[in-house]
Amino acid sequence: MSDLPVTISELQRDLVKRNFSAVEVVDNYLARVKAFNKELNVFNTVTEDLAYKQAKMADEMIAEKGEKALSEYPLLGVVVAHKDLFLTKGVRTTASSKVLDSFVPEYSSTVVIRMERAGAIMIGKTNNDAWGHGSSGENSDFGPTKNPWDSSRVPGGSSSGSAAAVAGGMAMVGTGTDTGSSVRMPASFCNLVGLKPTYGSVSRYGVVAFASSLDTMGHMTQTVEDNRKIFEVVAGKDEKDGTVLNHKLQITNNKQIRKGKFRVGIPKEYFGEGIDIEVREIIEKVIEEYKKMGVEIVEVSLPHTKYAVAVYYIVQPAECSSNLGRYDGVRFGKGREFFGDEAKRRIMLGTYVLSAGYYDAYYLRAMKVRSKLIEDFSKAYAQVDAILAPVSPTPPFKLGEKNNDPVAMYLSDIYTVSANLAGIPGLAVPGGFTKNGLPVGFQLMGPRFSEEKLFALGEVYQRVTKWHERRVNL
Amino acid sequence: MAKLSEIDVEHVAKLAKLELTSDEVKKFRNQLGEILEYMDQLMEVDVAMVEPTSQTTGLTNVVREDEIDMTRVFGQKEAISGTEKTLNGYFVVPALLNKNNE
Repeated sequence: MSDLPVTISELQRDLVKRNFSAVEVVDNYLARVKAFNKELNVFNTVTEDLAYKQAKMADEMIAEKGEKALSEYPLLGVVVAHKDLFLTKGVRTTASSKVLDSFVPEYSSTVVIRMERAGAIMIGKTNNDAWGHGSSGENSDFGPTKNPWDSSRVPGGSSSGSAAAVAGGMAMVGTGTDTGSSVRMPASFCNLVGLKPTYGSVSRYGVVAFASSLDTMGHMTQTVEDNRKIFEVVAGKDEKDGTVLNHKLQITNNKQIRKGKFRVGIPKEYFGEGIDIEVREIIEKVIEEYKKMGVEIVEVSLPHTKYAVAVYYIVQPAECSSNLGRYDGVRFGKGREFFGDEAKRRIMLGTYVLSAGYYDAYYLRAMKVRSKLIEDFSKAYAQVDAILAPVSPTPPFKLGEKNNDPVAMYLSDIYTVSANLAGIPGLAVPGGFTKNGLPVGFQLMGPRFSEEKLFALGEVYQRVTKWHERRVNL
Repeated sequence: MAKLSEIDVEHVAKLAKLELTSDEVKKFRNQLGEILEYMDQLMEVDVAMVEPTSQTTGLTNVVREDEIDMTRVFGQKEAISGTEKTLNGYFVVPALLNKNNE
């Protein structure tokens, strides 16, 4: 085989035709891992033996059942890189923190199990901001991941390694967690499609907990079509996570969009002070594309947007300080002296806002402003089917640029945290490139459990644009 | 809003069971102070009569059948597999009391 297959359907068509084997697919990805992992710092652990074992099983399944294998195993042969926050039985799971650097779990997360049962092949565990704490990947205790598009820049975080793996041709799909931006930001910075699902649509079971009312389990792919395929496998009720509901997806077909039945809202607050001019221009072009397709574009207002980061940086550290309270070095992992700076900062911030005398002023007030943010979205969705906005106010920034300024770093999440606070889905889609060749994504947000609409909107965009076909030349 | 003192930082670190060097206390005092200053803008929002949101699912009291699911049960070997500090199949924990104080 010469080139790596791009989409799941292309891959599976070739596997079934026996144009190449799943083992050969793994050969190709592993060759690229060996060539680029050292420079880009993408994987914490490469699971070569397991990948070959699963690839052989996929090949046997195809030999035995031919095309029918695909109905039983919808992700047959799909090579996946899992963020190192997803527990994998028998495979070291570190959260990219020194606290867990030798932790080998006794069970796997629901997402990992569902993908495995669907025929996916795990190639390794990817680097991330330790515990998911960051938007750039630089807070990993094992060193930052670099952006394959420009290795002097960040790939976005916290699911930094999964994004770099897919963008760099080291995996077909990367899993991630999105608590405030952590799937959409790296997707946007690496020219990928990234889903932050509705809170309560994908099980969180077996994933290192960060902020429990905000954590969602997402994934990154090269196309919207593939993203939908992964979602269909991982979503749905799980006895092990009481927040997850089955929700029958309302099928939206592309014709409905073409017939002008869709209204998309543009929130004016997402284009104000602080947005990079090139990002703004790129998003405006995306909006023009949608207009050409017959989508009705309406200006909407989300007036509490400017408070979202403040609310988020109270609620999230509060929940984080509680979740990280379990690490005492007794039952598993090392002691609390092994926490890195960002974890310490968030634990202390969270402890402070929950402590006697400050609870009402910070935490309770933040929970109330959270209600106002949710109300903003409800009002907007009374007028529109979905909202279109930038993912990040800037293109991928330089490594080290925001290291010593936590507030500046936190503000890079200004367009993404609201979706987490409101529990709604967000889909990041490649929207173009800056003059310097850096990727810029846009996001589509919808009401709870509206993933299907977002996928449909993303798919029609990818039919008329080619941004997602642009590949890194490593 | 009160700015943080070094004593506040040390107190919070103690509550969170973190041991900080004096340099860390200084660094975190500045950084946390800046972050808290940023939070002050929430004071502008009128939240009278607004109910707080702690989660977004709308679900309450999700329960499962009171049955043992053996696929989710760890045996002793699995339960202690995450640490080397074991004795006779038990976890070894740091002493809370010592012989000199009762």
